[in-house]
Amino acid sequence: MDKTINQKAWFLVLPVFLVVAFSAILPLMTVVNYSMQDTFGNNQFFWNGVGWFKELLDPSTDLGGRFLASLGRNLLFSAIILAIEVPLGIVVALSMPRDGWSVAACLVILALPLLIPWNVVGTIWQIFGRPDIGLLGYTLNNLGINYNYVSNEVDAWATVIVMDVWHWTSLVALLCYAGLKSIPDAYYQAAQIDGASRWAVFKAIQLPKMNRVLLIAVLLRFMDSFMIYTEPFVVTGGGPGNSTTFVSIELVKIALGQFDLGKAAALSLVYNLIILIVCWVFYTVMTNAGNERPAKQGVE
Amino acid sequence: MARIDLVDLAHAYGGNDAAPESFALKPVTMTWRQGGAYALLGPSGCGKTTLLNLISGIVTPSRGKILFDGADITPLSTQKRNIAQVFQFPVIYDTMTVGQNLAFPLKNRGVPKVEIDARVRQIADLLDLTPHLDRKATRLTADAKQKISLGRGLVRSDVAAILFDEPLTVIDPELKWQLRSKLKALHRDLDLTMIYVTHDQTEALTFADTVVVMHDGRVVQSGTPAELFDKPAHTFVGYFIGSPGMNIVPAEVRGREARISGHPIALNRSYDALPSGAKIEVGVRPEFVDVAAPEPGLLSANIERIDDLGRVRFARVRIGDAKFNARVPPGFSIPGDTAGLVFDPSHVHVYADSRLVEGTA
Repeated sequence: MDKTINQKAWFLVLPVFLVVAFSAILPLMTVVNYSMQDTFGNNQFFWNGVGWFKELLDPSTDLGGRFLASLGRNLLFSAIILAIEVPLGIVVALSMPRDGWSVAACLVILALPLLIPWNVVGTIWQIFGRPDIGLLGYTLNNLGINYNYVSNEVDAWATVIVMDVWHWTSLVALLCYAGLKSIPDAYYQAAQIDGASRWAVFKAIQLPKMNRVLLIAVLLRFMDSFMIYTEPFVVTGGGPGNSTTFVSIELVKIALGQFDLGKAAALSLVYNLIILIVCWVFYTVMTNAGNERPAKQGVE
Repeated sequence: MARIDLVDLAHAYGGNDAAPESFALKPVTMTWRQGGAYALLGPSGCGKTTLLNLISGIVTPSRGKILFDGADITPLSTQKRNIAQVFQFPVIYDTMTVGQNLAFPLKNRGVPKVEIDARVRQIADLLDLTPHLDRKATRLTADAKQKISLGRGLVRSDVAAILFDEPLTVIDPELKWQLRSKLKALHRDLDLTMIYVTHDQTEALTFADTVVVMHDGRVVQSGTPAELFDKPAHTFVGYFIGSPGMNIVPAEVRGREARISGHPIALNRSYDALPSGAKIEVGVRPEFVDVAAPEPGLLSANIERIDDLGRVRFARVRIGDAKFNARVPPGFSIPGDTAGLVFDPSHVHVYADSRLVEGTA
C-alpha cells in the first residue's frame, strides 16, 4: 500500500492541540503535580507521593473523614432529590395539556426556574426561609412549627432539598413531556380498544416510551446534584456544623480556606474520577438500552 | 358479532353547528351485514377514517345513531363496544412479549389466567405467531406486528366487528398479498364482520365482497366489485375505479340517442325524463369502446398515443377538447392520426349532475 506521506497535516492539528493543552492537559497535570506534594506557603513544596490519596480513603484521618462524610452526604442528597424529582416530573408531564394555547403557557412557566442563576436561586430561598423576614420561615414559625435552617440540621436539609426540587423538577418534566409528545395517537386509541385502564396505559405505553428521556433526566440530575455547590453554599454555607457540606463545598474549604493545595488536588482528582466512572456507567446503560442482545437461537 | 346500522350518522370536527358543506362525514344511513367483508374505498380526506372511528367509538358523532344488532350504542365508550381495530401503523406494547401483547386485552378485562393462556395459544396458532410467543414484540417485522395488532382484536371472543384502517401501508408488497389472503381466510373461518379502509382499489376489490365508495364525505355507492365496475352510480366511482378510469364526456341525450360533439351514439335504453338544467354526461369504460378505422358513421377522434399494458392496449384519444380512452382490439393496427370509435351500447351510461340515470327499456 502506497500511502501519501504529508507532514503538513501536523500543522493543521497543531492549533487544536495547543488549545487543548492549555485548557485541559496543563491544568490537569498541575493538579496531578500538586496532589503529590505538600506546601507550607511561601511557594515551598515537599514531595509526598501517594500520601494524600491514602489519607483520603482512610476514614480515621482528618482528610479522609471529612471527604468520606461529605461524599456520603452528597450521595444521600442525590438519592433524595432523584427520588422526588423523577416521579414528580413524570406526574407534572402527564398532567400537562396535550395541545392548545395552554401548552405554550405551561412550557414557559416550567422553564422559568431553569433560567434563574444558581446563586440567585440560593438567595431567593435564603431570604424566603428566614424566620424573621422570610415568607416561608415567618409563616411556619407562626403556625407553631419551629423552623430554622441556620440552627437545625433537619430544617437545613429540608430547605436545600426543597430548593433543588423547585429549581430542577421542571427539567425532568420538560424531558418527559417531550417523550410523551412523541407517542402517536394510535397507541392511545388501541389501548382504549384493548380496554386498558389509566394505570395500564401508563405502564404499557407511556413509561416505555419515556424510557430514554428518563435515563437522560436521571443522568443530568445526578451529575448536577453530585457537583452541587452554589445553592447550599448561599443558603446554609455548609452548616449547621458540617451537616450540609457536600463534596464541592469541602473541596473549596480545603483548597481556599486552608490553602492545603496538595490535599485539595488529591480530593479533586478522586472527585473527578467518581464523576467519570458514573458517566461511563450511565452512557453504557443508555446506549445498550433498547438494543438488547439478539434472540437466543434454538429456543424456537 | 353483530349487524351494524348507521342511522342518519354525520360528523363535523368543528361541532354540530358547522356549515353542512364542512362536515367530514355527511349524513349517511346504511347497514353492515353480520359476517360481511366490507371495504371503505376513497381518496385521502374523503371521510372514510372518520366513519371508521365513529363506529369504533374513538370519535363521537355530531349527529345520528349507531346500532349494533338494533341496540343504540352511540353513547358507549370504545371499551364497551366490542370492536377491534387495526391501525395504519402497527401498535404494539414495546415492553411486552408477543404472548403478553395478545393477552393484554383479556387481562384488562379480568379474564381468568387459564382462559387467557388457552385463548392466546389458539389465536397465535391461527396467525402463525406461535414460534414467536416468548419473543419481545418490538423486534419483529412490520407484518408480524400488524398480525399482533390483529390478534389483540381476535383474542376477545365477544368482538362484534374488526375495523382495519389502511393496515397494509407499511408492509412490503410481496407480504401484502400473503397478509391479505390471511385476512380473507380468517374472515371465512371466523364469520366476523370486517370493515377495511383503503385508498387502493386493488386492495378493496380483492378483499371485500361489498365495496363502499366514499367521496367528499358522502357514501356514493356500495356494491359488489362487479357492480361498481359495470354500473357506477356516480361519475366519481366510474373514474376512481378501473385503470384507466371511466370516460366521462358531456353530451346531449334525447330518447335513445346521445350526441357527443354533435355525433349520435346509440343507447340501449330510453332517457326521456332527464332533469332540465342538469349537467348531462355520458360515461363509458375504455373496455367497451373500440378503436376502428375511420368511417363516416363513427365518431372520429384524434389519436394521441397508445399505451400497451401487456394484455391489452389502450388508445389515448381526443374528441374535440375532451380526453378519451378506448381499447385497441387485438391485432388492429392504427391507420393514421384519426380513428373511429365503436361504442358498446349496453355499457354506455347517462349521468345527470354526476348521478346515474336509469333509463326505461
